[in-house]
Amino acid sequence: MSLARRAARRSLLFLVALVLVASMWELYKLLGPEDGGEIFGWRIIPKTNDRAMPHTWEMVSRLGEPEVRGRDEPIWQAILGYGWYTFRMALVGLLVGTAFGTALAVLMARWRVVERGLLPYVIASQAIPLIALAPQVAALGGNWDLPKWMWVSTLSAFLAFFPVSVATLRGLSSTPPIALELMESYGAGWWRTLVTLRFPAAVPTIVPGLKLAATAAVIGVIVSEISTGVRGVGFAALTYGQRATSDPAQVYTAVFGAALLGLILFGLVVALEMALMRRRPAEAVS
Amino acid sequence: MISRRTRALTAGVVALALVAAACGDDDDSSTDDTTAPTTAAADDDMSEDADEAAADAAAGGSDAACETVDSVSLQLQWFTQAQFAGYYAAQDQGFYEDFCLDVDIVEGGVEIVPQTQLANGDVDFALAWVPKALASREAGADIIDIAQIYQRAGTLQVAFADAGISNPADFEGQTIGNWGFGNEYELFAAIGRAGLDPASDVELIGQQFDMVALLEGEIDAAQAMTYNEYAQVLEAVNPDTGELYQPEDFTVISYEDEGVGMLQDAIWADAEKLANDDAYRDQAVRFVAASMLGWTYCRDNVDSCRDIVVAQGSTLGASHQLWQMNEVNKLIWPAPEGIGYIDQTAWDQTVAISLETPNLEGATVLTEEPSDGAFTNEIVEEAWALLAETGVDLFGADYEPIEVTLNEGGE
Repeated sequence: MSLARRAARRSLLFLVALVLVASMWELYKLLGPEDGGEIFGWRIIPKTNDRAMPHTWEMVSRLGEPEVRGRDEPIWQAILGYGWYTFRMALVGLLVGTAFGTALAVLMARWRVVERGLLPYVIASQAIPLIALAPQVAALGGNWDLPKWMWVSTLSAFLAFFPVSVATLRGLSSTPPIALELMESYGAGWWRTLVTLRFPAAVPTIVPGLKLAATAAVIGVIVSEISTGVRGVGFAALTYGQRATSDPAQVYTAVFGAALLGLILFGLVVALEMALMRRRPAEAVS
Repeated sequence: MISRRTRALTAGVVALALVAAACGDDDDSSTDDTTAPTTAAADDDMSEDADEAAADAAAGGSDAACETVDSVSLQLQWFTQAQFAGYYAAQDQGFYEDFCLDVDIVEGGVEIVPQTQLANGDVDFALAWVPKALASREAGADIIDIAQIYQRAGTLQVAFADAGISNPADFEGQTIGNWGFGNEYELFAAIGRAGLDPASDVELIGQQFDMVALLEGEIDAAQAMTYNEYAQVLEAVNPDTGELYQPEDFTVISYEDEGVGMLQDAIWADAEKLANDDAYRDQAVRFVAASMLGWTYCRDNVDSCRDIVVAQGSTLGASHQLWQMNEVNKLIWPAPEGIGYIDQTAWDQTVAISLETPNLEGATVLTEEPSDGAFTNEIVEEAWALLAETGVDLFGADYEPIEVTLNEGGE
């Protein structure tokens, strides 16, 4: 009952926030300068004309119109199709990234020397721009004759593993010393302690990492799609964006699709969190 | 996942084409929309003749006679669009099959550099603009131009008519958009020829691959391809009239007409393999021959080729694709020396501009003359020989473009 009520309140808040954002957009469009403006010579005040800022209702109504004018398929269907493809690649990326990130975190938590040696590289890996990496990985994928989705998921995993490994490492190494001493007094080995104590105690730290990873996985897939032409939501955003000359509202439908994907993956993590947290003893849920 | 679906779709399309051919059926029956029945019938007869004759020309006679079918891949520069219609038509009409080839047409993307894919051995053939491919070649890519499909450059600079920009000398003091990334050298050559200094006399601004900046008044003249961005402005609604923008609203400078055109879409091959691998060389000849048939088909069946491209999952509207098909035909036909032939004068002009025109950073496309073996006409000539008995017209001397009416958003 209370769960249902909380869910209802959350959805309501979400809708309110959505309406707020939309009205702010429309308000600025109404009041802002048609042709933009400059501050100290910098053109940073956005234009408000229909090409630069289409009306929010145009973006929404565009969803019901055909993707390619003159054809039957409405855009929401096309976006769902692209989105489903992107979603599967992002999900694989998230799962692989989570597995890889967790394994790294365990290794680093087990041996300090590994942490000292590896952590700088883990951090440095995220400084590599994905658009520079994508064509290289695509070329490798081509050499090994892998299907395209596989290396797109690889790039997605490359972004997703990082928050997981950092959060998990943090969680695994901040187990209360008292609990560790208890395990020691039982004569439990390191792995036994890991499974029965460290991991469960680390869940509240790991989950935020997973949430970051979920959105990172979607971003990874979309960026790879844009740079290498795999036909998912990123492809839609790119091709629709190029039609901004005559159809400025269309690109926002792809943006909606991408946002929805991020929310869905995020929601999956939240569901996982609830499942994991439900079985925790009350005093551990601080 | 999707690739499997597209493959299934392609297989379906090819199978359809096969059935149609086997029944001796009208080629256009699956893709109606042909307006003038009489000309369409004439065209069909021609293409069918070409089809059968091509089959005869290919090693054994009919499809069944292929001892082996060679799988080759072609890397495009961008997503499926009429810019590549000839290759899709060759696949759809079974020309590749007639030449015992199974061609995998690979779409491009933002970061996909076709000549790099080719040099890395990821694909067997690649489409690329000549200056860009020569730059990659100078950087070590061992590639060679084996067919110059586009004989002319399709780059434009488009301005509003009231801006008074009708030739490059008018760029003085104006804000000029360009795409950068090696797409800007014709612009710089034109500026140089007009006696202007690109650093001080014009304001150069990076431009997206759309025409928003021009319509928004952020730039005075925008870079455009005849077959794409120029159509985009004509598909947009003019807020002053409520109607679409009209060609009279703009002035258009063609770099080809200004004498600074650089060669664009060409088929590139792996030079080392072409020299030492007889099987690959043979595939190259057959691939070029069948692709030429595809382009002649698109010259004579503009509507059908539009439909083929649309069926391949292009996300551009039908009138936009028809416009693009027509404009692309204009860049290919007439082909004075025959389709695919690399004209020494045009090549030299491309190389000269690549060597002599610095961009804003002072960089030229090439630092030295291309080494020997940057292009060959041998493959083209052998491909022509394969096509000789088909009687298909490889010159298009009396080619006439059609009139295309663009609709809003390219519908």
